[in-house]
Amino acid sequence: MVALPLPLRARSRPQPRAVTLTLVALLLAVSLLSLGTGAAGLSPTRLIAAFTGGEALTRAETLILYDIRLPRLAMGLMVGAALAVAGALMQGLFRNPLADPGIVGVGAGAGLGAVSAIVLGGLLPPALAALTGAHLIPFAAFLGGWIATLILTRVAASGGQTAIATLLLAGIALGAIAGAATGILTFLADDQQLRDLTFWSMGSLAGASWAKIATALPLILPVLLLSPLLARALNALALGEPQAAHLGIHVERTKRLTILATAAAAGAATAIAGGIGFVGIVVPHLLRLATGPDHRALLPHAALLGGTLLIGADMIARTLTAPAELPIGIVTATLGAPVFLWILLRRRGLAGI
Amino acid sequence: MTFRLSLTLALALATPAFADPAQRVLTLGGSVTEIAVALGAQDRLIGRDSTSTFPPSVIALPDVGYFRALSPEGVLALNPDLILSESGAGPQEALDVLNAAGIPFTMSGPDTSPDGLIAKITTIANALDLPDEGKALAADVAQGLQQARARAATVESPKRVLFILSLQGGRVMAGGEGSSAESIIELAGGINAGMGFDGYKQITDEAVLTAAPDVILMMDREGDLAINNDMVLAHPALSQTPAAKTGAILRMDGLLLLGFGPRTPQAAADLHALLYPGQG
Repeated sequence: MVALPLPLRARSRPQPRAVTLTLVALLLAVSLLSLGTGAAGLSPTRLIAAFTGGEALTRAETLILYDIRLPRLAMGLMVGAALAVAGALMQGLFRNPLADPGIVGVGAGAGLGAVSAIVLGGLLPPALAALTGAHLIPFAAFLGGWIATLILTRVAASGGQTAIATLLLAGIALGAIAGAATGILTFLADDQQLRDLTFWSMGSLAGASWAKIATALPLILPVLLLSPLLARALNALALGEPQAAHLGIHVERTKRLTILATAAAAGAATAIAGGIGFVGIVVPHLLRLATGPDHRALLPHAALLGGTLLIGADMIARTLTAPAELPIGIVTATLGAPVFLWILLRRRGLAGI
Repeated sequence: MTFRLSLTLALALATPAFADPAQRVLTLGGSVTEIAVALGAQDRLIGRDSTSTFPPSVIALPDVGYFRALSPEGVLALNPDLILSESGAGPQEALDVLNAAGIPFTMSGPDTSPDGLIAKITTIANALDLPDEGKALAADVAQGLQQARARAATVESPKRVLFILSLQGGRVMAGGEGSSAESIIELAGGINAGMGFDGYKQITDEAVLTAAPDVILMMDREGDLAINNDMVLAHPALSQTPAAKTGAILRMDGLLLLGFGPRTPQAAADLHALLYPGQG
């Protein structure tokens, strides 16, 4: 385990409050831009005119705004925030800047759940299939991620202690098992199922709908709102487990709650939007560079920046190849990876990674 | 009699109650686009999906991407007044939005057999309000398919044909039972050598040897996916097949061969001529 670097000499950092205001402003600006951008007309100026009561929208414009762009905006915000916060939580728990929600098996489990639903969904009794309908894949993905996390925490818990190293190794083993099972199902899949599967694994907000948002919100919102309560404990954990215990932190409870929160947020996000990588690592890292490793600022900021990043990426995904659209996972990786590398190269000497 | 009446009624209800036939049509799926053009509706098309690449004149139309991963806004931006689709368009959320926008949407059946093809032509022709052209094209295609079947029946010693979809990493992905490759091979008077597995699957080297194809059939592809004869001859299992030893390696355009559209009788005739040269 690499400890999170604590700077040896204090660098002048921007005030957290100024960063918060900047992030909120950025989020609002990107949201407005996103609502006013797309394959079908409806510009930001037209939007402002409509919202300030100047003009009425046509029926088509209303449909595009309320049935397409707003649900996508809400879903992008939710999914981006969930992934970034889950990433920050895992990095805090593992005291490693490279940890991501995948470590607790959420990704592999959700992938296996989704693939099972795509390939074996036809075998369900009609009554059950009708019950879940279009939500079968998200539901199965969430269930898969949840089961994987439960198994992992069981494996890593012995005598009331959660061993972080065991958790990590068990995560790798579970990932391999889920990968193998996914491979078997991929082999069984027919052409169309294979294509569905590929598209799911690249992630997309194209299937955004109010119903999907309502499904995931009860899992994501509590994590976004309550995760700052874990901030003090995670800050103490950065010093090491015994030290945190001496500071009066319930180490075991912190670990369990952190894993639970990660599984809920990342599981729900992956379930409704598919596999979107990179947000969980890049966003917290950028923020640590800006405001330092204090989780009290890091967690709420991660939610803001994660949401903004995904809304921006989705805007690019929707417009770059219009009228077709790119899977958003491609956009986040294409944009995120070079930026991340550049930051690493620039800060190599300072960040000590 | 009652049945016929209710069917007419159902068809009457299914056709949108517009005075004029649709003028801004979006077609999704290679064979659907081909059928619409064959019916003479090319000038009414305003968009296509990424699988629609024939005739070449449709390539200039705006491309809405892969038809199973539609972007609802992208589709709405083209302002279509009718959408014709191959079965399997999606995702469901995108279809819900298009439905809310009140755009008539006609999806053809999932059947890729010759009978399914005739049904598809009829469905599309009715949606385009071209029933007479539909009847003519369906009769044409049905006659072509009948000719192909008759031609196939005259073959005395049918050749075993293995369709290879890809050779990625040296692994053979072949067309098995119930695949569109099997349908066209049989229409051309061949026997599908890919047996014992469904659809398109990667098969082992031993299965390739057991299949013992007299002919290897592939898509005519460019770039990374192209499989040249050297690759086939260098492959440990493929090189041992009768097909490789006699150099019987054939290539045809993918959409023509497997698309199951109006050109399928043509595809069957072309493949037959390649398999049995000099037998008419």
